[in-house]
Amino acid sequence: MKLEPLGDSAVVATLGTRIDAEALAPVLALARAVRESKARGVVEVVPAYATVTVFYDPLQFANPDEDAYEFICNLIESCAGRAVGGERAGRDFEIPVCYGGQFGPDMGHVAAHCRMDPLEAAAAHSGADYLVHAIGFTPGFPFLGGLPAALATPRRETPRARVAAGSVGIGAAQTGVYPIASPGGWQIIGRTPLSLFRPDRSPASLLRPGDRVRFRRITAEEFESWK
Amino acid sequence: MEVRFICAGMLSTVQDLGRRGLLCEGVPLGGAVDAFALRVANLLVGNPEGAPALEITLRGPEIEFSKAGWVAACGARFADVPAWRPFQVAAGERLKFGERSEGCRCYLAVSGGFDVPAVLGGSGTNLAAAIGGFQGRALADGDVLATGPALRVPTGHWGIDERMLPRYSRDPLVRVIAGAQAADFGDTLYSGSFTVTPRSDRMGMRLAGPRLERRAGYDLISAAVAPGTIQVPPDGNPILLMADAQTLGGYPRVAHVASVDMPLVAQLAPGDRVRFAASGVAEAHALIHAQNHQLALLRHGIAGKMAPA
Repeated sequence: MKLEPLGDSAVVATLGTRIDAEALAPVLALARAVRESKARGVVEVVPAYATVTVFYDPLQFANPDEDAYEFICNLIESCAGRAVGGERAGRDFEIPVCYGGQFGPDMGHVAAHCRMDPLEAAAAHSGADYLVHAIGFTPGFPFLGGLPAALATPRRETPRARVAAGSVGIGAAQTGVYPIASPGGWQIIGRTPLSLFRPDRSPASLLRPGDRVRFRRITAEEFESWK
Repeated sequence: MEVRFICAGMLSTVQDLGRRGLLCEGVPLGGAVDAFALRVANLLVGNPEGAPALEITLRGPEIEFSKAGWVAACGARFADVPAWRPFQVAAGERLKFGERSEGCRCYLAVSGGFDVPAVLGGSGTNLAAAIGGFQGRALADGDVLATGPALRVPTGHWGIDERMLPRYSRDPLVRVIAGAQAADFGDTLYSGSFTVTPRSDRMGMRLAGPRLERRAGYDLISAAVAPGTIQVPPDGNPILLMADAQTLGGYPRVAHVASVDMPLVAQLAPGDRVRFAASGVAEAHALIHAQNHQLALLRHGIAGKMAPA
């Protein structure tokens, strides 16, 4: 484990150098252990892929007698020692998606790139098990690992100025869902009527790191009747 | 009291001190880019330090007050608007921000604070997610913002000692702490000055200057970033992340601005320049404590000049 400062109010713990399910489990275990320690000065904990970033408040420590950075580093190290294995399983979600057509303007490009027809591509995308590695980019945006290698497609050369809320995209070896309308460079293959970010609820993000996701194909009629 | 926007200005948004605890859901910290100026503006009119105030950018608004009250404008300076001291407005009075003479962002606090609903524990406007502040958007001509009841109001005529203010400059030296990939870039960040480009907003400040060439080139895995992080995309022009920055970043991180110097960054306008100096975590912590002491003195001094509303 490598510990580095992110400015004067956060420490980044790097646990691995790859994106895979095995790398995520110790990240989630460490994030939970730090949160549950309720240690002094800890403001929030952000697990993502292979890192856990611990944000802290330096004013909770006496200066210069207490070294806040060292305190947080020691905390992370002791939590990492205790956090081996036994990570609580993530939750399972099914996300309905209407593939192609007006909802998936890049489906033709993705299918051609992958030498499939669009129906095969949709079947491959909805036939896989995905794992949430991180939430970010925009509020509630899940970065999903587990995309079948045959579907991997480079990002668009020119990002779109606006991708519709609910759009399901492929960006290289990852897939994800745009919870709110935003600019975006991923290849858009479909859209879900499900809301992944609901600012009026707590938590606002439907998904969190460690959750498992499957996509279910729905028709345009089902999409419309969802609302 | 109600505040009516005759003219909204270039970009006027309601901001506070940001949202905490939601980075893991992808919700940016947000809030005032110059949190020091927002805090002081609120203190000057008897509000809690984090009360919703107006963040005014580059070109100010013209506003009309429905009732008498106290206001304070801190941060960037505009003609015809007193800076860093409370002043009274009469019922029906109009306040028009004139030419900008210093800085980029001014914080206008009104006694009682702006009354906007909290969203996800914050009142700040996040333009990208269209949440918080006034209907999740920037103020527009004709909008009306309500204020809450004033708790305390200033007495007498006074202002803040200039020596207590941040040393805003159009060419500041900003202290930074080395980032995770600092060694990949050598000393270029410290070798010259960078110009703030017009492609800068509340999410990030795009800088132009000496190109930061990365010597080692392995792919990075995205990890948390925060306001103050200086990222380097492949074109070599650094991006300094601001209050509404996304929560994860995949570009190399060359450095991170010391918290106490973020107000200096917040007040840079397009065309201004910035230089960076290497600092360390221990020094940055000492500076945070010194700034907190400064704020405590201000709080104490201002409290003695307040009376119940």
